[in-house]
Amino acid sequence: MTEMILREAVTKALREALEDDRVFIMGEDIGAYGGAYAVTRGFLDEFGPERIMDTPISESVIVGAGVGSALAGLRPIVELMTINFSLVAIDQIVNHAAKLRYMSDGQFSVPLVIRTVTGGGGQLAATHSQSFENWYASVPGLKVAVPATPYDALGLFRAAMKDDNPILFAEHSLLYGMRGEVPDEWYEIPFGQADIKRKGNDVTIVAYSRMTHVALQAAAMLEEKGRQAEVIDLRTLRPWDKETVLESVRKTNRVVVVEETWKTGGFSGEIASTIQEEAFDDLDGPVARVGGLDVPAPYNGTLEAAAIPNSERIIKALSDNYGI
Amino acid sequence: KTPRPHYQEGRQDATETSSARATSFVPGIPLYRLHSFPLLPLHLKTLSNSAVATSGFRRQSTVTSARFTLNSDVYKLHEGTTGASLGSGPPLEGEITREEMTGMYSLMAAIRELETKAGDLYLEKIIRGFLHRCNGQEASIVGLESALTPGDELITAYRCHGYTHTRGVSVKEIMAELAGKATGCSKGKGGSMHLYGPHYYGGNGIVGAQVPLGAGIAFTNKYNETGKICVTLYGDGAANQGQVFEAYNMAALWKLPCLFVCENNLYGMGTSSTRSSACPEYYTRGHYIPGIWVDGQNVLAVRTATQWCADYIRAGNGPLVMEQFTYRYYGHSMSDPGKSYRSATEVKGVRETRDPLKKCEELALELNLMTSDEIKAIKKDAAKTAEEAVEFAHSSPHPPPADLYAHIWWSRTK
Repeated sequence: MTEMILREAVTKALREALEDDRVFIMGEDIGAYGGAYAVTRGFLDEFGPERIMDTPISESVIVGAGVGSALAGLRPIVELMTINFSLVAIDQIVNHAAKLRYMSDGQFSVPLVIRTVTGGGGQLAATHSQSFENWYASVPGLKVAVPATPYDALGLFRAAMKDDNPILFAEHSLLYGMRGEVPDEWYEIPFGQADIKRKGNDVTIVAYSRMTHVALQAAAMLEEKGRQAEVIDLRTLRPWDKETVLESVRKTNRVVVVEETWKTGGFSGEIASTIQEEAFDDLDGPVARVGGLDVPAPYNGTLEAAAIPNSERIIKALSDNYGI
Repeated sequence: KTPRPHYQEGRQDATETSSARATSFVPGIPLYRLHSFPLLPLHLKTLSNSAVATSGFRRQSTVTSARFTLNSDVYKLHEGTTGASLGSGPPLEGEITREEMTGMYSLMAAIRELETKAGDLYLEKIIRGFLHRCNGQEASIVGLESALTPGDELITAYRCHGYTHTRGVSVKEIMAELAGKATGCSKGKGGSMHLYGPHYYGGNGIVGAQVPLGAGIAFTNKYNETGKICVTLYGDGAANQGQVFEAYNMAALWKLPCLFVCENNLYGMGTSSTRSSACPEYYTRGHYIPGIWVDGQNVLAVRTATQWCADYIRAGNGPLVMEQFTYRYYGHSMSDPGKSYRSATEVKGVRETRDPLKKCEELALELNLMTSDEIKAIKKDAAKTAEEAVEFAHSSPHPPPADLYAHIWWSRTK
């Protein structure tokens, strides 16, 4: 086992990926600058400018050319500096990356990995603090990964590189320094397999990305009140592990889904709806949902923190819905 | 095919000079109509109205106005195929009053101090998130602004504190906003990249996205026949965004009164212009839109070029693309030391040979429009204003919790 931070896990994953000659990386400031989040520091010297390509600030063509290059036989990894800027390229992601295999009835594949950075909480204000992985998770043809730990990031990325589907790999901006243990022997994490980060019998907390850690904080607070929470980290949103969630709900009968993006239209609605459809009789009360408040992210730090889910709100939601 | 109108009719031709020199004061009619500075901060009115210093030495006295001559290398022209022919472009001669020069220098000093103090506040963790400073670009900012008339519109990107101030927002309100306080110009909700004011549409964080907005603002002004223009700024990095070209096409097609201005400070975050752009001659990127390159470190050149461009656009000729060739001393933002992609020698070189404030001081002294004592006093004043703004930011309250939900929607009842 080796202890590393999430950034190092992604860097390691990228290095491994580049062992395949068909893999190259392109994105803004990934080369000479070393990456906006320092993930690709040193890569330009190590792998050369033919494979580590600094692009202009042109998201549409970064994704579009990534799609094209994948169609023609390479396995590109493109980077969108943040998921906020993915909106400039959303047509290429949703209409092209996700649909070309289907529309050609399998004649083409798009083995493209789109790495991006998601989430807020850094006082970067409204247009730089968003989390759109739920939007992309609605799109058939796209896979979406949202790792919360170094172990998950490395395992999921390895699976992503073996997958010929277009994948959005969303790393959280505040999790790059998250420490964790990573096995020295090879392992992979398939998409659609959630991870029970903490076992418990009294209540299920479903979360993903940074909210997994907020959920674990809430679980610690619940333990002080004599309640054992089971924390499920979804790890991927498309596909998502319905069975693990339902199995847990059937055991605990109480569930709260926690998500950083706005509650309205959030993926938590999809999860809550599925739970009540398929485990209705196992519920002691309505599925609770804790999401980002329905406001654009304010710059001021106190206001911003109020808009992002925290452990207190999770506790309150459980109390409101289940009286615990 | 009808020939394109020649815009130079009625304008004088620029004269070539071998070196920039100041001509002594000649009373009389200016060479062409110079727009007065739209906003002169109150404390400067006192300064400029003060008695002209007199002493036994001619060097110590100032004049109320002076003619200047610029080097021919301060402009480059790109003809394009739409609108009107540029002819010989902006003039190399002009006239500037003591009040105008003092006003411009004061604004440049104010911006320099604001940015420097904001950096300190950031290190104190009073300012958080992003902070993109414009030290080194002051002449581009102030020279451009000084050429506009009240009611002209402006939109820019995230390196926006300088323009926010020239557009009329006080240093205090800017500093308070950077600190996220309720007394900030966006009441703490916007932060560094989201500062706004009258006829000033930010402050925009998404690279290039402000350019279509600028075309739209210009459209409204054409539709309402206001006679005003919209100055739409973006950087060398943003110049490769597809949406910029969409805006160019619409503006040229519909003859929108839009002055596209590329602030070329040679780097888009960590990528130099030559590494990002197949064609780093940004004033030609409008292709069919005529373009003008200007030495962005010379405040008089920027002012003169902007006046000329504004007149061209107001005459109904459609858009222009101006490239301001400038430089930023600091890195992209506070998290970027600005050293991994450019040399310390380069930065030092610009500071020593092309500093916009020093250039302005030299011009002011050479033209006998200001004395070195006045220059010192202005710098001191600017430092004091910035210091007071820092105190104001420190002591101002945070926005109340209810502000989280304020102004998401317009509502008829509120």
